[in-house]
Amino acid sequence: MALLEIRNLSVEFETVSGAFRAVDGIDISVDRGDLMAIVGESGSGKSVSMLAVMGLLPWTATITADRMEFNGHDLRTLSGRARRKIIGRDLSMIFQEPMSSLNPCFTVGYQIRETLRLHTSLDRKARQTRAIELMEQVGIPAPEKRLSAFPHQMSGGMSQRAMIAMALACEPKLLIADEPTTALDVTIQAQILELLTDLQDRTGMALILITHDMGVVAETVKRVAVQYAGQKVEEQQVEALFDDPHHPYTAALLSALPERSQDRFLPTIPGVVPGQFDRPQGCLFSPRCQFADARCRAVQPQKASAELGYALCHYPLLHGEPQGKEASA
Amino acid sequence: MAEYTAETEHGLQPAPPPGPVREFWHSFKENRGAVIGLVVFSTFLLIAIIAPLLAPYGPAQQFRDHLLQPPVWQDGGSWQFPLGTDPLGRDMVSRLLYGARFSFFIGVVVVAIATFFGVVIGVIAGFAPRWADTLIMRVMDIVLSFPSLLMALVLVAILGPSLINAMIAIAVVLQPHFVRLTRAAVLSERAKDYVTAARVAGSGQLRIMFKTVLPNCLSPIIVQAALSFSTAVLDAAALGFLGMGAQPPTPEWGTMLAEAREFILRAWWVVTLPGLCILVTVLAINLMGDGLRDALDPKLKRS
Amino acid sequence: MLSFLVRRLLTFVPTFFGVTLVSFAFIRLLPGDPILLLAGERGVSQERYEQLSAQLGFDQPLWKQYIDYLAGIFQGDLGTSFVTKRPVIDEFFALFPATLELSLCAIVIAILLGIPAGVIAAVYRGKFFDRTLMTTALVGYSMPIFWWALLLIIVFSSGLGWTPVSGRISLMYFFDTPTGFMLIDSLLADQDGAFLSAVSHLILPSIVLATIPLAIIARQTRSAMLEVLGEDYMRTARAKGLPPLKINGVHALRNAMIPVITVIGLSVGTLLAGAILTETIFSWPGIGKWMVDSIFRRDYQVVQGGLLMIATIVMIVNLTVDVLYGLINPKIRKG
Repeated sequence: MALLEIRNLSVEFETVSGAFRAVDGIDISVDRGDLMAIVGESGSGKSVSMLAVMGLLPWTATITADRMEFNGHDLRTLSGRARRKIIGRDLSMIFQEPMSSLNPCFTVGYQIRETLRLHTSLDRKARQTRAIELMEQVGIPAPEKRLSAFPHQMSGGMSQRAMIAMALACEPKLLIADEPTTALDVTIQAQILELLTDLQDRTGMALILITHDMGVVAETVKRVAVQYAGQKVEEQQVEALFDDPHHPYTAALLSALPERSQDRFLPTIPGVVPGQFDRPQGCLFSPRCQFADARCRAVQPQKASAELGYALCHYPLLHGEPQGKEASA
Repeated sequence: MAEYTAETEHGLQPAPPPGPVREFWHSFKENRGAVIGLVVFSTFLLIAIIAPLLAPYGPAQQFRDHLLQPPVWQDGGSWQFPLGTDPLGRDMVSRLLYGARFSFFIGVVVVAIATFFGVVIGVIAGFAPRWADTLIMRVMDIVLSFPSLLMALVLVAILGPSLINAMIAIAVVLQPHFVRLTRAAVLSERAKDYVTAARVAGSGQLRIMFKTVLPNCLSPIIVQAALSFSTAVLDAAALGFLGMGAQPPTPEWGTMLAEAREFILRAWWVVTLPGLCILVTVLAINLMGDGLRDALDPKLKRS
Repeated sequence: MLSFLVRRLLTFVPTFFGVTLVSFAFIRLLPGDPILLLAGERGVSQERYEQLSAQLGFDQPLWKQYIDYLAGIFQGDLGTSFVTKRPVIDEFFALFPATLELSLCAIVIAILLGIPAGVIAAVYRGKFFDRTLMTTALVGYSMPIFWWALLLIIVFSSGLGWTPVSGRISLMYFFDTPTGFMLIDSLLADQDGAFLSAVSHLILPSIVLATIPLAIIARQTRSAMLEVLGEDYMRTARAKGLPPLKINGVHALRNAMIPVITVIGLSVGTLLAGAILTETIFSWPGIGKWMVDSIFRRDYQVVQGGLLMIATIVMIVNLTVDVLYGLINPKIRKG
């Protein structure tokens, strides 16, 4: 059985101007030791779906799902108290802004030991030992000294390492990393990603990496889910995805990578992700899709087969060519 | 853009765009407390203006046969004096209505004096050379080192107890807050590009100080002025209560309380009603002040 | 931190001299001839007048008088009361514990009720709790406290007969007051009911004096909490699986306390101003009542000395608050 199993997850936010659907019928399934990425532009609902799993969304959000299970617990019916036993221990998360994600009033050591105090039966001394061990594990030099430092005394990369140490404190079964490198310098980004995959490899935990950067995905994960405007549009193993993207959006994203560009000019995807007020009637990607026709604009597409990467498209691509177009036309 | 096309199409005078006033009103009326405050405040203001028309008697008129008569709903009360009479047989309703005049008069004058001097000194401090700025701010620190009411008391003792002197004293005590606020706002505005642009365009120093920069610092000053209005009403009443503000027989609410103090055990209405008037007025102003702050200062909106 | 302290101390010095100048000037500006007042209603002969004038230094030029005044201050001499003929500084220290006791009780009440009220209001933002608490706080903030005191006396003293109307302790008790704090002294005196009497005398004045600081602290705590609750590190705290009490009470409150501490410090001035009214109404023998009485009696030396002492206390408290602010805010401590 999968570690994390989500079927048809939707999240709606109550806003002044009506409900806004940030996540729209997402399926995700993660096995033990899995290493996957969720990719999408800003506003595609990738963080929101994971925050829903963690139970960290504000009360304005309404979460519905056919199934939402983690490690045998039904997250939909779990009480707050029972959920708090799981998150931070078996299921932990690190965030985009390491600098502001650490509490400025407490030392790094306090914040790591706090997690241990909450979820383990270690005594004071053992907690300190474990904290030092964790700091070493995430590659922070002079860990004993660093434990008594305040967050503002550390750099962004160092803060993110401390965040990772905190998240790993209770040896979680699943770590969700929400754009862990976006706010960091390019040189630090690679180090942090390497650290994450290395730790994943050593501890055998599952890792979900949320990112908007296809380049990061290629070097890091095994499996990729692509999200667009709150919907999952494609899911494949990473090599297959890069070889043969089945959804036009994935294809467009990949051709926008500088490494893969063959033209003099870098191709871009015109337009932006639809918001609350300009949601198209048919396929959500149709206004920006180079292959879209009348049917795309009028009818919502269904998921394609596993061989076609579950592509949410009327005419999934095969080696760059839209399939089934002539038949319907 | 929208107004521009409308104007050319219809060939009419351009309709004024939704100005800052309208935008402000829109967010002000969202705040229910602020609207209630505004309604109560306006009612009191109206009462203050037309007090002579509403009041059944003059504020100093004495009815020797009706000393300390209770309000109409209590034994011994009559419709002749709906809220009873005070120890000298004066009608409470009339005195309370006239009292509204004094509270508003005090509030308006004190806030006007304190704001005017505070803002002018604050703008000067914001633009002055460092030594002058330091000097001004030190002087303000000194004034602020004395508890406001004590300072006002001593000032009134020097000037002699009267309503006007109490108002001057309160204005002096309130004014450093305006200086600090204005100076802080000026310092942050002064560094902005539009000020440099005005300087490059050849604006004189005075023009930059009062026409370019000051209008952009008004929001916090307006909020402070509203909140100072309530402080002024409260402090004037406190001074009146201590015998250092308006002198009897002035129907100022604080003074009325002081006169009635010895009767608190025998006649609750002479003590309760003036205080209630002060509380409701101050509460209404503070509600409005909170609404003003939320509407004018989006940064503070969440608080 | 050290340079911050030094800089802060440096601004203290000129302000202190300014305060001495102001209290000195005030007395020279007060109407009436102090010597005639000192002599009382019988009047004085010309000869005696000059003698008194020389004794008090009023025949000297103003600048000389100021220098003498400053010299006196540094020797702990604030002059002598015209009325009681006792040194002002002695009177001050005899009365100060009463004010301190009252103010401490008031600020403790304000903090113990104000901070939880602000936290609860912020956590239940926009809900019933929040609205009720914040409406109450605004009423408290708008309260004319002299009237509030009279209302409480009507209800609790004359109506229910629970609390006495004035003073610090019932007249039937008489004992030494080594500390000046009636609560402690009454315990030390070990007389039946003395402590309870002291407590019952303290309750109403403390509530009255606490009202406005309580409202200010509750409002400030709420807005500081609201600011903090939206921060990223609050999400981290929740992601750890911490219980809500720890999230709000430890992670949020610790950050929200930084601005609240400042407000608590600043309310000391409010407290002393409030003490003037509270002490007058409850006949509480502290420095607030002493100052008001002295102003009415035109006891200039007392007004001058009292002004200086009170302003100095306010300045010292503000200084302490700044230092405390540095201690609680790690960014300043190590920065």
